[in-house]
Amino acid sequence: MASEGSYRQYVNIGILLMALTVITVGAAQFDFGPFNVPIALIIASIKATFVALYFMHLKHEDTMTRIYAAYPLFLLFLLIAFTATDIFTRVSN
Amino acid sequence: MGLLSGTSKFIKALTYPSDMLPPIMADDEHQHVDPELEHAASKFGMWLFLATEVLLFGGLFAAYAIYRAKYPDMFHHGSSSLNVVLGSINTIILIFSSFTVVVAVKAIQENKIKLVKLMLWITIACGAIFGINKFFEYSYKIHHGITPGTDIFYSLYYAATGIHMLHVLIGMGLLSFLLYRTSKGYYSKDNFTAIEIGGLYWHLVDVIWIYLFPLLYLIG
Amino acid sequence: MSTDNEKNYLENGKGFSSWFFTMDHKRLGVMYLCGIGTFFIIAAIASVLLRAEHLSPGRTIVDAHTYNVLFTLHGSMMVFLFIVPGVAATFGNFLIPLMIGARDVIFPKLNLYSFWIYCLGAVIFLFALAAPADTGWTFYTPYSIESGTNVILITLGIFVLGFSSILTGINFIVTIHKLRAPGMTWDRLPLFCWAAYSTSILQVLATPVVAITLVLLIGERYWGLGFFDPAKGGDPVLFQHFFWFYSHPAVYIMILPAMGIISEIIPVFSRKPIFGYKSIAYSSLAIALISFLVWGHHMFTSGQSKLINIIFSAITFAVAIPTAIKVFNWLWTMYKGSIELSAAMLYALAFIFLFTIGGLTGLHLGALASTIHLHDTYFVVAHMHYVMIGGTLFGLFAALHFWYPKMWGKMFDEFRAKIAFVFIFIGFNVTFFPQFIMGTLGMPRRYYNYDPEFTIFHQISTAGTWLMALGFIFMLYNFFRPISKTAEANPYKSKSLEWSIPSPPPTLNFDEIPTVTESTYAYGNKIERET
Repeated sequence: MASEGSYRQYVNIGILLMALTVITVGAAQFDFGPFNVPIALIIASIKATFVALYFMHLKHEDTMTRIYAAYPLFLLFLLIAFTATDIFTRVSN
Repeated sequence: MGLLSGTSKFIKALTYPSDMLPPIMADDEHQHVDPELEHAASKFGMWLFLATEVLLFGGLFAAYAIYRAKYPDMFHHGSSSLNVVLGSINTIILIFSSFTVVVAVKAIQENKIKLVKLMLWITIACGAIFGINKFFEYSYKIHHGITPGTDIFYSLYYAATGIHMLHVLIGMGLLSFLLYRTSKGYYSKDNFTAIEIGGLYWHLVDVIWIYLFPLLYLIG
Repeated sequence: MSTDNEKNYLENGKGFSSWFFTMDHKRLGVMYLCGIGTFFIIAAIASVLLRAEHLSPGRTIVDAHTYNVLFTLHGSMMVFLFIVPGVAATFGNFLIPLMIGARDVIFPKLNLYSFWIYCLGAVIFLFALAAPADTGWTFYTPYSIESGTNVILITLGIFVLGFSSILTGINFIVTIHKLRAPGMTWDRLPLFCWAAYSTSILQVLATPVVAITLVLLIGERYWGLGFFDPAKGGDPVLFQHFFWFYSHPAVYIMILPAMGIISEIIPVFSRKPIFGYKSIAYSSLAIALISFLVWGHHMFTSGQSKLINIIFSAITFAVAIPTAIKVFNWLWTMYKGSIELSAAMLYALAFIFLFTIGGLTGLHLGALASTIHLHDTYFVVAHMHYVMIGGTLFGLFAALHFWYPKMWGKMFDEFRAKIAFVFIFIGFNVTFFPQFIMGTLGMPRRYYNYDPEFTIFHQISTAGTWLMALGFIFMLYNFFRPISKTAEANPYKSKSLEWSIPSPPPTLNFDEIPTVTESTYAYGNKIERET
């Protein structure tokens, strides 16, 4: 239960998250073509990472916890990748 | 054993802290687990539970990925009908509530009980405002004949935000329970695990929304 | 601390309350056993009935709709109320704290809640029986959307049962990480605990996906969500993807704990250390990981793309490898060992034989060329029952015999147990071996009616179910007629920690937490002569 962050740090991260929200809404006003979704996802992932590392204290957690925190993302990737491979490589006669 | 006494025992089992349980349930204090071990174990356990929530919503994200690739126009059209202002406000509210809840977790570690209660109150209030916004959004849509069955985009919208809202409500319930126990003097800098893991749950609710917001509202 | 440790866990507290509100992992394990046992019997009766229907083509004892209900009930009750909780919830709960040298699991209250949630799920499931589903336990769309039966209720019950699974899994993972006794390092952990740990990973990570799948199914039935509805642009096969993403790991949830049991029993009755401890431990983990990659092999003929068919088929062949490693390790453990053919050992040996048949026939189904012919035939039914009955059920029966003295403090009659085993073993093979043949000849599964050419196979198969039922009843009878009212702490001379305390164990397990200094499997004449 050592110091896992100061109030100041939490305020800073909070402001950062708000800023990123503004950025993502702003970015949505422009059309980047096929990059629209990746950009939105990247910004969202940056926000999520900050919440996980600093608000959820993942930065200070042990390895096992971090493995179990990350592994579901891999499984999710598998679910989407294989399912999409099926649906988008079907050949209709 | 009367139905009434059985029911009250049941409710006691669900809500009483372990050391206040009636003798028949005192078994769980037989195991003298070191408090630090208990704390680490509880956090680990909550992270495992959060992993299950990620996979639960994961199914929805998978459906989103598949169908968005299949029907880009439907998604573009559906997304542009969503209220970006309300969505943005909701995002800000949840991020702010993540901030307040982590302050509560730090505060209890410094025995600042009043600050803990204030922060928990604000967090719960944020959840309530989020809920009210969603209520307005849903009513507006349903009033205009847009229901979960209208098309796949709206199915995703209602299913994802609906299940998310359910988790907001569960989180609010959890935090209210923690607030109640805090006001009864149950938590301190030597006993605060519950607040920390309750906070973890709330952060997950925030993280899910961080993804839902751009994917549903901003791709129009 | 009270004087709990003078009374054993069965005697410490009497009456319904002391059981239903207990946090003692041993009592919870026993209650789960009663629960899964009850549903096993109900689902088994359903299977005896549906097999009786097949004694002749056309209508024999029930109509077509009832037949559909019977196989749905049999499948869903067996899967969700018996075999998935199965060995993990019963023996996992009973044994894990004992095997690692702890007084209980790390979250005893959560353990009790898991049990209550199991009960709640079961109750909801039973309510669904007012208009029981006829969709098959796999609830494939579009029929599960259209069927006029209580699909929502039964899937809601399964959803709730999933939570019980998840919470138990979380409890086991954290317990094994945090509560091992001093000296109980990971490389001394009993293999049953490795198996339970791997199972718990699957329970925690796979179950949520079926949870959301069933929610979406309910949503489609009730609110017209369109994910699986072609009229709205949805894809019925997407349901299958989501469903099998859980249900394939689920079959490993079913088999891993049973394999863990075999790993415990074989060394004891061979008086030899387990061969290849590390490879068995790691193969359990490997199965937990690879099992997430093969779900599409249930969908080869669903209209999936050719590319994904090839990918899934290739990985399916890979997933057989960790299992094969275990089989070789068990056999090598027995080689030059001092074999005692106790009832538990007979079930364990039968497991190896029958599960191998089941596993090998999985390869017939995993190969694309043959699966086209065999999918949705009785070949699949035979394959799955060889692994689930020949595998998991025989493993469970082995465990019931092996830990009988420990759990109840009594001894059962070995001779009667072996008679029952013979009936069950023969009955099982008479039931299911003809189904392999029927399947290759083209008999489809879940069909009410059939061509007369299959009649003889069906009749032999049905006769087998009666033999099995007789054997099972006799096995139960034997359990309820112990031949001795007491049992020593370690009748089978096992080195695992649960045998170092009295039979039955006291509530708090150990008077003092033990310190572990040697491997659990240090058997063998040389070692035993020295100690």
